[in-house]
Amino acid sequence: MESLTTRAGMWFALLVIALVAAALGHDFGFSAQMTIVAVAAVVGLWWTLTGSKIDALGNWRRPVGSETDYDDDPVRWGVIATLFWGIAGLAAGLFIALQLAFPQLNFEPYLNFGRVRPLHTSAVIFAFGGNALIASSFYVVQRTCRARLALPGLARFVFWGYQLFIVLAAVGYLLGVTQSKEYAEPEWHVDWWLTIVWVAYLVVFVATIIKRKEPHIYVANWFYLAFILTVAMLHVVNNLDMPVSVLGSRSYPLFGGVQGALVQWWYGHNAVGFFLTAGFLAMMYYFVPKQAERPIFSYRLSIIHFWSLIFLYIWAGPHHLHYTALPDWAQTLGMVFSIMLWMPSWGGMINGLLTLNGAWDKIRTDPIIRMMVWALAFYGMSTFEGPMLSIKWVNSMSHYTDWTIGHVHSGALGWNGMITFAVLYYLAPRLWGRERLYSLRMVNWHFWLATIGIVFYAASLWVAGMMQGYMWREYGADGYLVNSFAETVAAMWPMYVARAFGGLLYLAGAIIMVVNIWLTIAGKQRDEKPLTSPAYNPAADRPLVSQPAA
Amino acid sequence: MTDNTPKDLLSGHARLERNVTLLGAVALVVVAIGGIVEIAPLFWIDNTIEKVEGMRPYTPLEQAGRDIYVREGCYTCHSQMIRPFRDEVERYGHYSLAAESMYDHPFQWGSKRTGPDLARVGGRYSDAWHVQHLANPQSVVPESVMPQYGFLSETPLEFEYVGDHLTALSRVGVPYTDEQIEQARQDVLGQADPGTPAGDLATRYPGAQARDFDGNPDLISEMDALVAYLQVLGTMVDVDAAAAQEDLARETGR
Repeated sequence: MESLTTRAGMWFALLVIALVAAALGHDFGFSAQMTIVAVAAVVGLWWTLTGSKIDALGNWRRPVGSETDYDDDPVRWGVIATLFWGIAGLAAGLFIALQLAFPQLNFEPYLNFGRVRPLHTSAVIFAFGGNALIASSFYVVQRTCRARLALPGLARFVFWGYQLFIVLAAVGYLLGVTQSKEYAEPEWHVDWWLTIVWVAYLVVFVATIIKRKEPHIYVANWFYLAFILTVAMLHVVNNLDMPVSVLGSRSYPLFGGVQGALVQWWYGHNAVGFFLTAGFLAMMYYFVPKQAERPIFSYRLSIIHFWSLIFLYIWAGPHHLHYTALPDWAQTLGMVFSIMLWMPSWGGMINGLLTLNGAWDKIRTDPIIRMMVWALAFYGMSTFEGPMLSIKWVNSMSHYTDWTIGHVHSGALGWNGMITFAVLYYLAPRLWGRERLYSLRMVNWHFWLATIGIVFYAASLWVAGMMQGYMWREYGADGYLVNSFAETVAAMWPMYVARAFGGLLYLAGAIIMVVNIWLTIAGKQRDEKPLTSPAYNPAADRPLVSQPAA
Repeated sequence: MTDNTPKDLLSGHARLERNVTLLGAVALVVVAIGGIVEIAPLFWIDNTIEKVEGMRPYTPLEQAGRDIYVREGCYTCHSQMIRPFRDEVERYGHYSLAAESMYDHPFQWGSKRTGPDLARVGGRYSDAWHVQHLANPQSVVPESVMPQYGFLSETPLEFEYVGDHLTALSRVGVPYTDEQIEQARQDVLGQADPGTPAGDLATRYPGAQARDFDGNPDLISEMDALVAYLQVLGTMVDVDAAAAQEDLARETGR
């Protein structure tokens, strides 16, 4: 009862604060965001007061504290949230890709490219990727520790608090509430909320590890832990802001100019390094061995590549600032470490791929394994491309062009997307107690649509990027620049259309996945032929006997 | 196995694998090193930002324009950082100096040029061109894929709290004086409203231009602020002056 009063009191206090802030807000965006917080607080209050025994999926909640079973409700919600935000983020991406080819699709002011682009990046990285990471980490940490999730109430707060962060950030972008720092766009008040949620996440994760029944902490958890800790460090330092008013959304970052640039890209590159790499490698370390039914290739390699990866990644940020006003020594340092980073990255890829030793035939028969292998192959490709682009000489041409966007997407669509899809396919039947997925053949369709989509996407932007880079610096025999900027824009059109087509295929694959998992949850099974059935000819299946002469 | 060293290392690692506090602490130290070594020196190495003549904080109107630039996410397509290459210098002007963004919170160097660099766009086009281009980019550059920003002309500039903005900026290190903060609202009017005398604007902000930027004298619009900001970009430092060239010749940081 005491805890009920405390919780209800906290929700009520949040409700009052949000309502006051919404009423007195200096700008519309801030008031709108605070109204959303107020609505969330009402839901929280109502939930607490009714003390409902029914969860969001209409199931009776298991008694909290039962140690005989893993606590998988937040994981189930996380799977659904990952699917939802995945489609939202990919659709936003397709929309802005089309805007670049057809500028008529900009609808001022709310749906202009500059406002929707952060919506796309945040939706795919933080909403889709973040939910996949939180859900999978809650799943993995319980299994590898042989312990039920510690602090179940806080774990639920982490899930719902994170969704609130996403909604606040997304609504803010469309209303013009942004810091315009790439991948760190949310304003100061949303940053504070995320900090609270993230600390709660760390507490739940570490507390579960502490109550583990296994003596050793499994390698996947090292990666999850490094990801959670480092993202906390990056987020806090890069978002040290001075609000103009506690009742307005606008703030000014503590670091500006050169220092601001390096702090931002120290953050930005390691959002890639720890959010999109370390966290997803954690998924790889649990789900690839599980699906392949093989142990991880090398324990020793996992130690070496874990420590070298987390040590080296953090240095690589300055390669986003080559030839800028950042001091040369910092640029060179960033380049050298980026090239060194190639090795631990491939260490992870090799450890994942060679886990399939003795099970390589499954690539043919198991589309989920095929997705995992493909994800690792893309991880290897983009972690080779990255160091190459960080070489100053290459970067002088590639920087500011669409090559960078192509590179990011071969990593994001190929590595993060594919490994997440594979994990979702792995989780769905297990979490909802189904015998198998609705359809393995639909997974196959998804795989090929996504693969062809990535090929269109990456190839068109490689061409586009190099074309831009070389057109900008092209000199004629008369010693003058050959192309005006507008001419280079016009030349991009076919590439932008091809890129949008690739994105469409990728989105189509994801929609097939949503249908497949939806029907799996509903308990249906598609009546289909197994993926491989070796040819069988009963007529030939008999001993050879010599025919008696007539 | 003849070599025992890796085994010792592995058994040492086993300690980390059994103690989450130790594992977390060591991981945090390992990830902190790179950032500290690279970022911290930028705050005390003198030649990180070479001093140049002419840099001043933005006027309240220019800063309000910059806030709109930030709000609309212009950095997603426009950089503000000219690199020291022949083609960029010929296309956009002198390469950008660190000092030129020293009062930029946040920095807006950008990472992508779907549109051209804007670091030195100030003074290159007329106000009327900017207004027309922002309202309908394709009407002046048919190849452009830029969205339309006509709504800025109709939206009155919100500058009731502009003094608070300068105060917040001064707290993060932009050297606004008390006088500048006190006069902030008046300076917006003085710079953008043809009916209000500019007063001491040019003393407080040397080189600041006062005029009706959006071609509509009846309204101080967001367009006024954004164009005032665009027109000051890259113009504060006279990079081609002899003194500046001499300073630049002595630059050693890059």
